[in-house]
Amino acid sequence: MISTKRALAQRRTLIKNVKDFWHVYKKNRAAFGGLALMVFVLSLAGFAPFLTPYEPRRMVAIPFIAPVWSHPMGTDNLGRDMFTEVLYGARTSLMVSFLAAFTSAIVGVLLGAISGFYGGYIDEIFMRITELFQVVPRLILALATVAIVGPSVWNLIWVIGLTSWPTTARLLRVEFLSLRERPFVEAVKGLGAGDIQVAFREILPNATYCIIVNVSFEVARAIITESSLTFLGLGDANIPSLGILLQNAQPYLQTAWWMSVFPGTLIVLAVLSLNLVGDGLNEALSPKLRER
Amino acid sequence: MSQVISRNGTRLSEAQTVSLRWFITRRILQSVPLILGVIILAFILIHLTPGDVTQIITGDTAVSPEYLSKLRAELGLDRPLYEQLVLYLAQAMRGNLGYSFISRQTVLSLILERLPITLLLVFVPLVFSSMIGIFLGVLASQKQYSFIDNTASLISVIGFSIPVFWLAQILLIVLSVQLRWFPVQGFMDVRANLQGLDLYLDIIHHAVLPSVALGAVQLALVTRITRASMIEILSQDYIVWARSKGLSEITITFRHALRNALLPVATVVGYNFGFLLTGAILVETVFAWPGLGRLLVDAIFFHDYPVITGQLIFISTMVANLVTDLVYGILDPRIRYR
Repeated sequence: MISTKRALAQRRTLIKNVKDFWHVYKKNRAAFGGLALMVFVLSLAGFAPFLTPYEPRRMVAIPFIAPVWSHPMGTDNLGRDMFTEVLYGARTSLMVSFLAAFTSAIVGVLLGAISGFYGGYIDEIFMRITELFQVVPRLILALATVAIVGPSVWNLIWVIGLTSWPTTARLLRVEFLSLRERPFVEAVKGLGAGDIQVAFREILPNATYCIIVNVSFEVARAIITESSLTFLGLGDANIPSLGILLQNAQPYLQTAWWMSVFPGTLIVLAVLSLNLVGDGLNEALSPKLRER
Repeated sequence: MSQVISRNGTRLSEAQTVSLRWFITRRILQSVPLILGVIILAFILIHLTPGDVTQIITGDTAVSPEYLSKLRAELGLDRPLYEQLVLYLAQAMRGNLGYSFISRQTVLSLILERLPITLLLVFVPLVFSSMIGIFLGVLASQKQYSFIDNTASLISVIGFSIPVFWLAQILLIVLSVQLRWFPVQGFMDVRANLQGLDLYLDIIHHAVLPSVALGAVQLALVTRITRASMIEILSQDYIVWARSKGLSEITITFRHALRNALLPVATVVGYNFGFLLTGAILVETVFAWPGLGRLLVDAIFFHDYPVITGQLIFISTMVANLVTDLVYGILDPRIRYR
């Protein structure tokens, strides 16, 4: 009985929080536009099979047709429909980026939480490692790794994920450093909770906003990293991705502008939408900014 | 003895000179572990190679097992892993980054050969974009959420969202191919056989578009950081106090606030120097610019691992040295003379 009451109360506060959040978020026009843009891009990628009659990587017409009604984004050097390629390319790029950002969030949260929770020499060691990963240009590290382990979609995911966690780790560490001194943590500790319970059940929920905001920026950055890597030839050429399309466009820049313009535009739209949403989330969720 | 002159022209005292030297030594000591870490990372990467390095060197040609074992001994592959690591570290710390599988030249000489050509692309955008970015950031911070602020924020968000190599492609399509204002690709016009000033002007003409592409991203970054940093500084007590003294807004902004606001900007620019270099590598690919980027892309294509890891070590070392608070030390006297 008591537990159901508690669950109900929790649900009510959750609903209230979501409503509060939405109230603040929708006022920010840029963030709202970003959300709409994100939905648009995601549905382009998600509904690709329904939006185009063709299959990706198939020759469907003669090469180098400039954009016309039947091929709204033209065709490429092998007569593949660019509209189809772009839709399916966005699918791959977005999937890789979301999974990579997820991987990096897990690593970053774990390292940051442990570092900030324990402090001392563990913190010192972890921060040196983080510093190392921040000093090494992430694209070059990712590039070297993919070049060595071989270009495949899965390799791209874990390599991008494992080279982009430092920001998350640093943010989480700072949150943990300040939260672990709060009275409620003392209280829970006094009640005999173990380290893991205190860190992940009590402190972590208070740092959620910072993770959510950061993940949206990380996805945006992962899209750029993914397209950069595949642009340099480190992608699986059998699966279209936006970077591969741009790599393919490179030799034909002087004749077939559409091969570069459309895939690039989609990258910009995706990244822009995520950055705007990230800014909006930051404003709506951050306790500090909300007080204004 | 060299004289150390501080920024406002006064000569530093003996004690200050000593502490400055100590400061630099300490910073170098701090960057060494970072560089060691980078080298170890590169070592791990090389050992992630599927199969054996000898397979890549010999390729598909059939070789005798004796030759293979000789090659392995020559490369030190027959020794235990920790010995290989120590050897690798010792070599790399002395600047020996190995030999290219393909050209048989030292990796360091290959990199140093290309470095100036890449720095040519990086340096100008770094200086110009930082100056314009700081100016825009200051302008935007003056009145939060004003028209100027919103425009500056929008520009920086868009600048962040454009992959630098795509921007390069678009600039090439519009300004070189369509409008014919700039040469399409390359480092200089090889057919014209130019000399002296004409040659330099030609190189500059070729460098404009890649620099603009690189500068745009840098501009977005610097504007954003400067704005945020200025807004934070402008709300502090000493600014309020300066204002109540009746100082003009211009004096407050540039003499009191900006000096302090530049600290985080410098750090971010330092950290992002690596980002700028990687941007240069991508942009070089678009403009067929024969710098580090070409070297790296070729190395990827030919599986020339020593060149790839060598560049990783080289560029990271550059960034590490730049970052390790020297940036701070130059700008903030408090850190220098602790």
